Amino acid sequence: MLSKSGAKAFFIGGTFLCSAAFVGLTVDTFAKIPGQTHADRITPAVARGKNLWDSSNCMGCHTLFGEGAYYAPELTRVYTRRGPDFIRAMIRDPQAMYPGERNMQNYHFSEDQISDLVAFFEWAGTVDLNGFPATPHLTPIAAPGAVGSVARTDDRPQVFNQLCVACHALGGQGGNVGPALDRVGERFDAAYFERWLRDPQSVRANTRMPRLPLSEGQIHELVAFLSLRRAAAAAGNMPAEPVPAQPAAPSPTEGGAP
Amino acid sequence: MKYESQRVAYWFFATCMLLFVLQIVYGFIMGFAHAGFDGLHNVIPFHAARATHTNLLVMWLLAGFMGSAYYIIPDECNRELMWPKLAYVQLIALVVVGVTAIIGFHFNWWEGRKFLEIPRPLDYLVVVDVLLFIANIGMTIWKAAHRSTTAMVLFFGLLMAALLYLPGMIPTDNQTVDSYWRWWVVHLWVEGVWELIMGAILAYLLIKLTGIDREVLEKWLYVIVGFTFLSGILGTGHHYYFIGTPRYWLIVGGVFSALEPVAFLGMAIWAISTARKGGRQHPNRVALSWTVGCAVMSFVGAGFLGFAHTLPGVNLYTHGTLVTAMHGHMAFWGAYAMIVLAMIVYAMPQLTGRKLYDKPRAVFAFWTSNIGMIAMTLAFGVAGVSQVVLERRVGMDFLAVQHEIEVHFWGLILAASLFSLGIIAFIWDFMRYGLPVGELSGGAKPSADAEAPPPDQVLEPAE
Repeated sequence: MLSKSGAKAFFIGGTFLCSAAFVGLTVDTFAKIPGQTHADRITPAVARGKNLWDSSNCMGCHTLFGEGAYYAPELTRVYTRRGPDFIRAMIRDPQAMYPGERNMQNYHFSEDQISDLVAFFEWAGTVDLNGFPATPHLTPIAAPGAVGSVARTDDRPQVFNQLCVACHALGGQGGNVGPALDRVGERFDAAYFERWLRDPQSVRANTRMPRLPLSEGQIHELVAFLSLRRAAAAAGNMPAEPVPAQPAAPSPTEGGAP
Repeated sequence: MKYESQRVAYWFFATCMLLFVLQIVYGFIMGFAHAGFDGLHNVIPFHAARATHTNLLVMWLLAGFMGSAYYIIPDECNRELMWPKLAYVQLIALVVVGVTAIIGFHFNWWEGRKFLEIPRPLDYLVVVDVLLFIANIGMTIWKAAHRSTTAMVLFFGLLMAALLYLPGMIPTDNQTVDSYWRWWVVHLWVEGVWELIMGAILAYLLIKLTGIDREVLEKWLYVIVGFTFLSGILGTGHHYYFIGTPRYWLIVGGVFSALEPVAFLGMAIWAISTARKGGRQHPNRVALSWTVGCAVMSFVGAGFLGFAHTLPGVNLYTHGTLVTAMHGHMAFWGAYAMIVLAMIVYAMPQLTGRKLYDKPRAVFAFWTSNIGMIAMTLAFGVAGVSQVVLERRVGMDFLAVQHEIEVHFWGLILAASLFSLGIIAFIWDFMRYGLPVGELSGGAKPSADAEAPPPDQVLEPAE
């Protein structure tokens, strides 16, 4: 039977061995971190951005590398997911970007500070995280009618995939802050889309959609893309059959426009 | 109670009660915010509520550990504390630092690193405060004629907890390095040295409450804390899967953290078998309920629910979701909140000289808070698993998923209300005990106990 001194030896010996192994692995990890995290890309702007990230306790709501709180979205890939323009607009006035949704504080950062944060997010997106975040592989099964459009988002304008889907859904994918955009081309024409994208409030004063930071080229791209959102669209990214679960067009009470 | 200086424990426990209530209030603020009612957003935004909620927890648990140590160490060492007045100074300093930090959170003054939000200048004060505490306890043990295993394990745990606070202060511009050191503090505390503190308090309570032979109990204490470190130290690797550290952490962290439940299972079996073997019954049955309950709930919360999402293949999807909150709540409740509450329930009759432990309210507090916490864990679990499936596997948008799972937060709020009812009963009892005016049983007779149970129930074996 185990004696007390034997138990004590087990405790001390086990602790010593594991601590030694842990320290050894730590040394090796620190030799590898600079390569895996592209430490050479940590510019002074990135460092200032990290400092802002910490001193504003962004982790108190968001996660980065999956670490933080679970009240606001994961931001590891936000730079590629939403792009720098969206991030800037969001930090400048969070309430305007997600009207009526969960609140984010406005920190009244200067434009330089916002640039630092964008640099920080850009760097964070380059770190090799061993496969995190995982690709949601059940999407085709969950929305079978939308396979074509869901599986292929690469034929959409990049700005649509970054900005618009933050609030609007297409083919069952995207946010539900604004109305879904499937078949929106049946209800509105190109001129309307253009006026709307330039200044939503000028078309409908009470809409909650913000004026987005769009370039001329992006507006034209989006107008053409939205005009083609029709049930019978020949565009390859629309399903052959309309998806019944998707509203055919935005209801007037929801704002009635993209 | 044998020594005058043990009374200081009462003030630490009273601090625990106060901070615990505040912690629950902030928990409700977050629960309502998740359910869609963030009316306090402009006064107490979510990140302030969250930092306050977790830091209050850490603070009241530390106060509880310190109080427990101030109660246990004189008893185990058979002498007064080295510097009783310093204990009071150190408590006041802790409260001042804590209150400053929490007020600071509401004015955007923090470091913003999960669980280590306390701003840097206050970090130094925390270190000084804890060193004073360690010195006081350490010198008391040093001067003692006999050093018990329980006292030494408790001291070693507290000392390591103080030292492991330091890596969290290493400056860096790299988020990965930052996270790496942060887990040295957070993980090596809660899945390392805090378990030592918990094991030592558990051993002390089991010795006092069951009358089982100290040598046998302390032998198993070594085995259990041995397993804790064997699995827990390299188990830190489960925080290094996806933060930009080498891929071998997936294997190291996966294997060793999968072993972490062994230590908790050992603790549960140890507590239950000891409680059943203990022939003589201590009249404070509720204290035994809390003690055994602590071992069981920590196995379920920290061991089982931790294991549920610690394997890399699972964690790839659950990392950074409410599944973590599910595990976290029951783990902290079972392992650390309950051990402090067990110690309070055990010590209060001795400290105050009143025996209120047979009151139905004490039993009600135990069962209601535990059932409430189990229900809370279920609510978090359903919300968390739904989030994982919808967001991480189906690919739905974050906010759309949050709307879908709002209903589970109403379940959470209901469960938390039940839990709070139990805690209110507990605190009601605490206040009924009154101030620490219990008579001393005399340090000259170390075998006697202040509460002087009837002769047929005498259980303190002469040591």
